[in-house]
Amino acid sequence: MSAPSIDRATPTGATRPRLGAHAPGPLGGIVRSARKVAEALATPLVPADYLDLLDPMRTGADLRGRIVEVRPETADAATVVIRPGRGWAGHIPGQYIRIGVDIDGVRHWRAYSLTHRADGSPAAGIPAGCIAITTKAIPDGTVSTHLVRSAAPGTLVMLDQATGDFTLTSPAPAKVLFLTAGSGITPVIGMLRNHLAELDDVAHVHCAPSKQDVIFAGELAEHHAAGRLALSLNLDDVHGVLDLARLDTLVPDWQARETWLCGPTALLDAAEKHWANAGIPERLHVERFRPSVVEPGEGGTVTFRSTGRVVEADGATAILDAGEDAGVIMPSGCRMGICFGCVVPMRAGAIRDLRTGEVTVHESDEPLPVQTCVNAVAGSCEIDL
Amino acid sequence: MTLAPERHASTKPQGINPRLRVASDAPRPQRPALKKSGRPNPAAHLSPDQIETIGHELDALRKEVMDSRGARDAAYIRKVIAVQRYLEMGSRAVLLFSNVKVRGVRPAWWIGTAGLSVAKILENMEIGHNVMHGQWDWMRDPKIHSTAWEWDNASPASQWKHSHNEIHHTFTNVLGRDNDLGYGILRVDEDQRWSLFSLFQPIWHVGNALLFEYSIAAYDLELGGYLAKKDRMSEEQKAEFRKNRDEVLAKIKRQATKDYVVHPAMSAVTGSARTTLTANIVANLVRNVWTNTVIICGHFPPGIATFEKTSIEGETRGEWYLRQMLGSGNISGSKAMHTMTGNLSHQIEHHLFPDMPSNRYAEIAPRIQDLMERNDLPYVTGSLWKQAGSVYWKVVQLSLPNKVEGRRRRDIVRLELTKAWRKKKRALRG
Repeated sequence: MSAPSIDRATPTGATRPRLGAHAPGPLGGIVRSARKVAEALATPLVPADYLDLLDPMRTGADLRGRIVEVRPETADAATVVIRPGRGWAGHIPGQYIRIGVDIDGVRHWRAYSLTHRADGSPAAGIPAGCIAITTKAIPDGTVSTHLVRSAAPGTLVMLDQATGDFTLTSPAPAKVLFLTAGSGITPVIGMLRNHLAELDDVAHVHCAPSKQDVIFAGELAEHHAAGRLALSLNLDDVHGVLDLARLDTLVPDWQARETWLCGPTALLDAAEKHWANAGIPERLHVERFRPSVVEPGEGGTVTFRSTGRVVEADGATAILDAGEDAGVIMPSGCRMGICFGCVVPMRAGAIRDLRTGEVTVHESDEPLPVQTCVNAVAGSCEIDL
Repeated sequence: MTLAPERHASTKPQGINPRLRVASDAPRPQRPALKKSGRPNPAAHLSPDQIETIGHELDALRKEVMDSRGARDAAYIRKVIAVQRYLEMGSRAVLLFSNVKVRGVRPAWWIGTAGLSVAKILENMEIGHNVMHGQWDWMRDPKIHSTAWEWDNASPASQWKHSHNEIHHTFTNVLGRDNDLGYGILRVDEDQRWSLFSLFQPIWHVGNALLFEYSIAAYDLELGGYLAKKDRMSEEQKAEFRKNRDEVLAKIKRQATKDYVVHPAMSAVTGSARTTLTANIVANLVRNVWTNTVIICGHFPPGIATFEKTSIEGETRGEWYLRQMLGSGNISGSKAMHTMTGNLSHQIEHHLFPDMPSNRYAEIAPRIQDLMERNDLPYVTGSLWKQAGSVYWKVVQLSLPNKVEGRRRRDIVRLELTKAWRKKKRALRG
């Protein structure tokens, strides 16, 4: 178990502070010798394997967290409050984390936006020192459904350090528009909870299927009532699915605002076009939650070189899914092509991007890093796993 | 120690035997009623169709169990791992005081040695062996995965996985292909060739048991094959051997440093260095003898079948299952007993489904037994003492050549001795 090669399957974003690793002088020497002795005592395991039993959340351990509370937000959305291990390095509001949850004994990794206060102070019922994600149970969503319906306080989950560039620019822009839909509210509520006081002029357009489905409805209404932001709700059952032309009425000066947008693919695609047509694509900051998939092509054979496993996969199956089904430990993250947690080197063959249909052929001697969650095999390919 | 089996190209997919055909279209030969040694073939009464029906039934059973793996199984292996690690840490802590005498005995030595022995057995059997079979890969936990696990044993995981998972589990009990059948030093089946070397096999057997972890390492390294065929090997093969050898030596060095240097050194504070050293030696010996005792019960007791090389050519999936069932034997006993054997007491179930989580073998055992009895196949099982005792007796008996009509066994031995003596004399003169 000491094999470091498998480490690529665990979150690697974490900086693991190792006591005395770089300390100069006699202290560093003593610490280094002590570590060598500890390693000799523990072989063929590593000291961490024993220490993890005693304190899985200690400094220097792989980052983990313990679920403190699962609080329902709507009928199908919930906030999961987690106390992170001591290695937690903090985040910038708007960023997300990868979280590894064991469901029916199988570990699944997903990415979720963080909604707590970055300075660790309590907010919106999230206790001090805890982190929080909010997720909406989607049909066939193994992890989101589990987190909303069955996750229990006390459960240990695997974590990764925060990442992502869907954050407010600094200094804060004078006029801001937040355009969100469904659970796309989550990175934005993170920004609001942290930065609302610094923002002078905030317009917020939020879309949801109906009034009952609005996550953080109370909190948003409170801000609106206090004049901290101007909230417009677009409810599908009242107004129909948001027509972006409606923005001219809802937020007449939308073109003058820096806009942060998060929601389903159709909205993102439409908005990107809308902002481009207005000649201001640079004002739009987008967080994509789901890949847009084009027509699949032919599948083929995926060879996992290190484990020696060979699988046949069709053109609609991501290499990530094909590998997991074959029992290969695949690094994974958002499973939607944004977090790059699943990237592994490809040594030969061809792949097709499930979002664009673009085929990439491996042509050089150098390994080609590929995102396994949004690429399917095209003919055949060889992966270093 | 043993002749090297034919190595497959390293790209060979693991876990799946590529020679197996799921459905055969060619007519399969009826099994011969008698084997070379004149013993009856236990599956002679089954038609090819019956054999394939057994195969389909086992496939369905496998699917049923594999589809139901879940949180309960994951909790089981994590609990076993936690118990093993606490037990090892606790035992080693106790051994820090192993030289402390109370009324003439050293209680810490006895408690610590017993605990460490059990911890090492659990680590090798219920955890290491089964994790390295990929029984827990489905959990996608990189810390409990066949590709990442290294065990508390002289043989490096990678080499053991090749010789055990690929060779032994594929060619189970096929004479000349499965080197686990006597490890190349023991004659445990009448159909194995007798030689003068066999005369002393009770000694080899006991030596093998005492040094089991090292003989497994030498065996996985194919040391015997290398020594025998060194002159005919290509430079590439020799380089591969040297690489593997260095890997084994490095592993042995790490293991020995831990057990025989570092842990005793920690005990020096209480003057318990020497007693901690003896505790580690005894724990390793106990582990060696125990694992050997369990493992010889898997394939060597009487009533378990062996197979001719030719019988597996074009073998169907049903026939493969049949060979695994007939080529393995169980050990009966309590739940604790099954755990301490790493559930290799369910050797038949394990050989049918090597990558099934070990906690499920006991659950499917009654159904496998029922299936075999319905098909009039012997489900070999017995207590550890009965099974191991029968193997020890067999090792003694088969140190002599088979009985042949009209010839006395001692005449065969005498003839072989004379032949060997003449050969030696000629070699000396020449």
